Amino acid sequence: MTGAPKLEIRSVSKAFDGKVVLADVDLSVGLHDVVCLIGSSGSGKSTLLKCVNLLVPIDGGEIVLDGVSVTSAQVNPNTVRQSMGIVFQSFNLFPHMSVIDNITLGPRKVHGLGRPEADDKARALLDQFGLLDKADDYPDRLSGGQQQRVAIVRALAAEPELMLLDEVTSALDPELVAEVLNVIRGLKERGMTMLIATHEMGFARDVADRVCFLDAGRILEHGTPEQIFTAPQQPRTRQFLQRIVEAGRL
Amino acid sequence: MAFASTVVFVGLAGWYALSSETWPVVQRQFFSWFHFTQVWPEVVSGFWLDVRLFLVAEVLILVISLAIAMVRSLRGPAFFPLRVLAVTFIDLIRGVPLILLILLLGFGIPALQLRGVPSGALFWGVTALVISYSAYTAEVYRAGIDSVHESQRMSARSIGLTQVQALRHVIVPQAVRNVVPALLNGFVSLQKDVALVFVLGVREGVREAQIYNARTFNYTGYIVAAVLFLVVSVPVARFTDWYTERDRHRRQAMST
Repeated sequence: MTGAPKLEIRSVSKAFDGKVVLADVDLSVGLHDVVCLIGSSGSGKSTLLKCVNLLVPIDGGEIVLDGVSVTSAQVNPNTVRQSMGIVFQSFNLFPHMSVIDNITLGPRKVHGLGRPEADDKARALLDQFGLLDKADDYPDRLSGGQQQRVAIVRALAAEPELMLLDEVTSALDPELVAEVLNVIRGLKERGMTMLIATHEMGFARDVADRVCFLDAGRILEHGTPEQIFTAPQQPRTRQFLQRIVEAGRL
Repeated sequence: MAFASTVVFVGLAGWYALSSETWPVVQRQFFSWFHFTQVWPEVVSGFWLDVRLFLVAEVLILVISLAIAMVRSLRGPAFFPLRVLAVTFIDLIRGVPLILLILLLGFGIPALQLRGVPSGALFWGVTALVISYSAYTAEVYRAGIDSVHESQRMSARSIGLTQVQALRHVIVPQAVRNVVPALLNGFVSLQKDVALVFVLGVREGVREAQIYNARTFNYTGYIVAAVLFLVVSVPVARFTDWYTERDRHRRQAMST
């Protein structure tokens, strides 16, 4: 970890209709760090990311961004969201807009950029990700991998300093997974701070600075990828990884 | 085959009707050429007023009801009073017969003789129609807004849009697409209901037919008015079906 943490999650808890989804979660992500959240479905990974993005209100604890608590009532959630990007499992592109409009909507409406300027920036981003020729297509004309890459570009258009990725390859056909993972590796090389929920263990081992194992809303174990994947301390972690290995996914 | 059986069926039914003993009476009362030539200009000019009333009312309804539906879809405690207002309006208006609303506004408000408030029957008749249909149409829009997946709202919020911006740029455009058939259905309904302002003495198509009937005891004018309404509403109904079918095909094509 380098310097002050970019993001701190302090004893965050969340319950839906009495069912505990997050219990006293503590986690800090340093600037330029990549932290991967692993764990079975329902362990709270997605909810944690949505809490950080303030899309889901937390019941207790606080979320601190650059040393400022963003879960206090005085903070405008819209402003907080602009400083981070989130990408979802199901892409969630706006189907009634072309790719370029999907990307420029935020910059135009939130940051007040003019259309020519927003378009130029969006095209430059699309170019970096090899999607320039798709700029004027509608999302339903794109493959899943292309849609997800556009979703990543859309999140990057606001020039966030933190990216939250919520199982971004889970809805993709296997042959399309690599193109999306490569984009994320590219982001890491550029020093993007990222919090990533993923089922791709090989990818997590490869890209993460630290890995957290979530189980029933708690961080049961965290450490470097080597520690977690080769010498897990907790029986639940071992059991989880054992099943992953059996499924041929690691 | 369908065509042949239709011809046979209609032919038989027509032959039966025309050969019955009462047909000459029916023809004289309802389908008289003489009375047609007398009543046609009046009913047509009255009907033209219906069409204009419909167009004005429909535009207002589409805008006002969308605003109500959007207010109703806002979340968070800060918007609670607005939501309550929208729900109360919708519940109250939908619970009252349209004809009652027309009478209440059309006769009631001019009777107050308020300064600066219009007293025209036409104005209050259209106002009553707009209020009533806005309540119904707001619910149509709301169904459309609810039909857009929650993830779209979330993803709109995640790029920093406010609730209202998310509704306006992301949710509503998709919602409207989903409810076009239901909105068109409302068009057909309103296109006929504008005639209800006749109770206020507005000389629209039905009123003209009624006046002629009262004078001559002949019903041809009503038939003329009915045909005029059909000429407008049937194409809209056919268009609605065509659009719905096309939309269904498009969605199927998209999901493969």
